[in-house]
Amino acid sequence: MTSSDETVIVAGRSGQRYLHDLWRYRELFLFLAWRDLLVRYKQTVVGVAWSLVRPFLTMLVLTLVFGKFVNMPSGGVPYSLLVFCGILPWQFFATALSESGNSLVTNTGLISKVYFPRLLIPAGSLVTALVDFLISLAFLVLLMIWYRWTPPATIALLPLFLLLATAASFGVGVWVAALMVKYRDFRFIVPFVVQFGLYISPVGFLSCVVPERYRLLYSLNPIVGVIDGFRWCILGGEHALNWPGLTVSVVGGFFLLVTGIWYFRRTERTFADVI
Amino acid sequence: MSDTVITVEDLGKQYVIGHQSGGDDGLRHLIEAVAWTPLTWVRSRRAQKTSKVKEEFWALRDVSFSVKQGEAVGIVGRNGAGKSTLLKLLSRITEPTRGRIRYKGRVASLLEVGTGFHPELTGRENIFLNAAILGMKRSDIMRKFDEIVAFSEVERFLDTPVKRYSSGMYVRLAFGVAAHLEPEILVVDEVLAVGDATFQKKCLGRMGNIVEEGRTVLFVSHNMAAISSLCTRALLIDSGRLERSGSPQAVIEEYLSKSRADASLAVSARGDRRGNGRVRFTKVSALNDRHQVVESVTSGQDISICLEYDIRDSETLKNAVVQVKFSGLLGQPLFACLSRTSLREPLALTPGSRLLCSIPHLPLVPGVYTYTVWCTIGGTLEDFVAEAGKLSVAEGDYFGTGNLPPNTIGDFLVAHTWSVGE
Repeated sequence: MTSSDETVIVAGRSGQRYLHDLWRYRELFLFLAWRDLLVRYKQTVVGVAWSLVRPFLTMLVLTLVFGKFVNMPSGGVPYSLLVFCGILPWQFFATALSESGNSLVTNTGLISKVYFPRLLIPAGSLVTALVDFLISLAFLVLLMIWYRWTPPATIALLPLFLLLATAASFGVGVWVAALMVKYRDFRFIVPFVVQFGLYISPVGFLSCVVPERYRLLYSLNPIVGVIDGFRWCILGGEHALNWPGLTVSVVGGFFLLVTGIWYFRRTERTFADVI
Repeated sequence: MSDTVITVEDLGKQYVIGHQSGGDDGLRHLIEAVAWTPLTWVRSRRAQKTSKVKEEFWALRDVSFSVKQGEAVGIVGRNGAGKSTLLKLLSRITEPTRGRIRYKGRVASLLEVGTGFHPELTGRENIFLNAAILGMKRSDIMRKFDEIVAFSEVERFLDTPVKRYSSGMYVRLAFGVAAHLEPEILVVDEVLAVGDATFQKKCLGRMGNIVEEGRTVLFVSHNMAAISSLCTRALLIDSGRLERSGSPQAVIEEYLSKSRADASLAVSARGDRRGNGRVRFTKVSALNDRHQVVESVTSGQDISICLEYDIRDSETLKNAVVQVKFSGLLGQPLFACLSRTSLREPLALTPGSRLLCSIPHLPLVPGVYTYTVWCTIGGTLEDFVAEAGKLSVAEGDYFGTGNLPPNTIGDFLVAHTWSVGE
């Protein structure tokens, strides 16, 4: 009697066809990502170049502070290259976190007027971060050419670490997005965390600077594992991976992802009422 | 026999609204409470465990109905009755607290004009965005792009950011996209209230096309004319409950009669009259052709409106002009019986008499009408009672042929003849 395209909405039992809906609305996801990208640089003169200026300047400052002033060890590579290898994933994480976190609140109009699986909104913000990442990656290539640095074969493993970064970013982003709907305090917490994280994460320095007994604790921050991985892939050799630390970061990252999505799905049905 | 596409069973939606008594959620209120009156805050916290008073509010309750394929259902009700909540539940934007909804096919909801429009993007980009948000596939959008642009008449400004558009252009563009959706079920919420007259006509026309194509439409509106012309069925929602389901005329009648509070009050008891008061109408009634008081008459019947009045100073008032004006359900004036135009001499009102306005062969289609009466003496208004009486007109053999005229066309029956000739 019920045809395959019948939909049933029952109190208390939503989202049984969520995965199916996610697939059905895939085009909308692309459109939202496209919109976010377009809007970013509308009416700007410098345009896309801003995606490059930020990491470049950050690299200069960190190199100056940590490399010259404090004279941190660089493991035999030019300090700016070292720093940039850290900036690359960090920037991805920071952009993804900020954009995803704010995404639901920015799209209040959509949420209260149209139906589609809300998970697509923070997912769309990931695309913006990814585009920035790719632009910065191009710059990294230029940097490597400048320093005449040939990367080892492990560079082929870079996408794996990007995947880890995506998982961690999306996990935290989705948590913040869902929490921000009810508690707008996160509007202030997120920029602070990003600012704070830039210094606590091994962006401006090597993670081996952290004393051995704190390494495991330090690796609870999933970005530590990602940055270490990036450095290992690109710079190889001296920057051996700290395997226990990496495991902690990987587990931590995926834990954040799974719990983030769980919390998001649990609160999703009240978004339109609370936002 | 068309099958049911939407089934709603015992639908209920409850909201919890908080009232501020001792405090409220949110960091700000906490800080304020502590800062301003630290002592009272501490005392109140210790005194009452819960400083928040929460009230349960049912926006919708026990709503059940079903809709068949191809039906155009109008939903009417006062503001705050729960119509938009019903649409939101149907569109899956919010979840029901109780009950269930079952529907077949795709639902496209138009709860707002220009959903997802971004002011920085151009018209062209926004068409794509809005259409995608409303559920159109990219291939469909490309196919219908030109149609949408033609409907919206904004071709010249397609590549300008939408923030530069006038409000009319904005609305035309938004509705242009919406008008070309092709869902099985279309849900529309009062979006036709915007725009100028030409645009509204265009939109209603387009909605009529959609209904003709056999799609199911649910339409919330305060525009009763739109509902009665577009819809095959109507639902009346009042205070969260489904009060009535039936033909648009019947439902609209019930809705309007609810909001017309004074109509049933006797004329003598009416307090909202105007005029100096030398003469006051005390009772109005409709009489049939045998001068008997009746509650309802038929089309084509010879009727009279009887106006009983009181003269304050018990004298004959000369130079009187009296009018009885008939209006339809929506308050639109239909015709007026004005003594100044239909009589050569002005009336003279004598105390203890009553006034009869006789209308031969009543030319009104079946329906419910109200009439307003007023009286002037020597040019000054003495009494004015709006909607003093109600007249129900039933089907009648106006043309004397035995073939009853339909009541869905127009408001009047006009005598005419047919002949075949050169």
